Amino acid sequence: MALLEIDNLTHYFGGLRAVGDFNLHLEEGELVGLIGPNGAGKTTVFNLVTGAYKASEGSIRLNGAELVGKPPYVINGMGISRTFQTIRLWNSMTVLDNIKVAHHGRVKYNLLDMFLVLPRYRESEREIEAHAMELLRLFKLERHAHEPARNLPYGEQRRVEIVRAMASQPRLLLLDEPAAGMNPGEIGSLMEFIHWIRDEFKLTIWLIEHQMRLVMNICERIKVLDFGETIAEGTPAEIQNDRKVIEAYLGEEVEGV
Amino acid sequence: MDATFIQQFFNALQLGSLYALIALGYTMVYGVLLLINFAHGDIFMFGAFMGVLGSWVFGWGFVPTLILSMLATALLGVTVERVAYKPLRAASRLSAVITALAVGLLLENGMLALTGADPRKYPDDFFATQVYQIGSVSISTVKLLVIILAFALFVALFLFVRRTKWGMAMRAISYDKFAVPLMGVSQDRIISLTFAIGTGLGAAAGILWGVAYPASLDTYMGMLVGWKAFIAAVVGGIGDIRGAVIGGMILGFVEIFVPYWGQGIGVSSTWRDPVAFALLLIILVIRPTGIFGVARRQKV
Repeated sequence: MALLEIDNLTHYFGGLRAVGDFNLHLEEGELVGLIGPNGAGKTTVFNLVTGAYKASEGSIRLNGAELVGKPPYVINGMGISRTFQTIRLWNSMTVLDNIKVAHHGRVKYNLLDMFLVLPRYRESEREIEAHAMELLRLFKLERHAHEPARNLPYGEQRRVEIVRAMASQPRLLLLDEPAAGMNPGEIGSLMEFIHWIRDEFKLTIWLIEHQMRLVMNICERIKVLDFGETIAEGTPAEIQNDRKVIEAYLGEEVEGV
Repeated sequence: MDATFIQQFFNALQLGSLYALIALGYTMVYGVLLLINFAHGDIFMFGAFMGVLGSWVFGWGFVPTLILSMLATALLGVTVERVAYKPLRAASRLSAVITALAVGLLLENGMLALTGADPRKYPDDFFATQVYQIGSVSISTVKLLVIILAFALFVALFLFVRRTKWGMAMRAISYDKFAVPLMGVSQDRIISLTFAIGTGLGAAAGILWGVAYPASLDTYMGMLVGWKAFIAAVVGGIGDIRGAVIGGMILGFVEIFVPYWGQGIGVSSTWRDPVAFALLLIILVIRPTGIFGVARRQKV
């Protein structure tokens, strides 16, 4: 069984068919790309998978368990985590606190434990802090731990978002345009970084990206959306030579010009 | 410094603490929902009347009555959110505000129908008051109780917000609501908890108000006090809990010291409220977002 199985996923915004009949099976450990022109419905697919939107039709299963209809926090707890197209860190909170919030679902202590300051509360909070610091160290961000997130340079904020997504120990990581706003040098190191995360944490990664260099270099499989419909699917080499894809990005050729 | 000044200082600290406790309820709810809960003044009244229930009907003392009132009012707050505000979360902000006003009217008039229009007070032995004489300054145990209990609650709240997973999540929701559930936090649960704490603090203020200003308990007591506490929250920077405390204190001090200094220069004490509100307007002209408030940038 595939890790993630999406079948006939369709979503409407009012009368607009934002995603139509989307199918995708992700195997454990795969690194898959989702590309397409602006407004093609890529982020909508991510919002459907993570539960931010409830799909109009179709089915999304993680390890066989249906996700459609489940609230986002439950889906996150089942093992899907994400980053955002525009950075959505909690700006005035410290980097460490940002990571700590993402531990919420994993840590069990109740209000009574807290009111009575029982060992369970103290230990849980200590564990959260220790695990958050360990993650920051692993991602070489520990020197920023106590700075407000907004004070970090752009590239580092992106990394913090990825660390925050890792805090809930996901099995599937969704990256929404991780290279947005990065220069070619930064994109190079991001590619290594994504590979490293996948191997280090034994993750499955699914990413949306406009930077073709990144997509073509690291993705094993690519799916192309246009106006909500899948227009192509295959290896990077196949996608680069696909007529429909070229048309979607560059426009149709006109006879006799 | 003369003795009356010191005494007025404690009066101001007492009134400011009460405003601050109520202002926290406005500010916490605004922080997570961007909703001004205009029923909060009446929730404060409900808390005070739960004190009437505990003290007169059950014959309980101060501490059990306080706990009863905080728990019952927190339950009311959570219920109001579930029944009245949650269905409107996706609706326009205006619908929720109007609903809040209606909930307030319902509480006021419902309590009026239940208990009648006579003003009430707590039993004389509800909180045995004693007056300490330090030099020429006299301070009552009631004043100390109000100030100390209020500050203990402020500290507990600050610790809660900084040091617990729920407090962290509350702060996160106030910065970016969309991202929070996607990081594994149940938004509904955090919102309920916020209402429970905010209304519980309002109930504590209600009981303390009844102890500090006897014979002031009537079903409309929450109107003016609620408005003032709301203004205190705005002046402090709505959404920020430090702001609510500072705003409440500013309002308390202005209300006590305007008549105190005014009488020296022949200004009648009826100018208390106009001067207080004018000062708050000036603060808002200088800092429209309040003292601790930051302008929110709305991403589209």
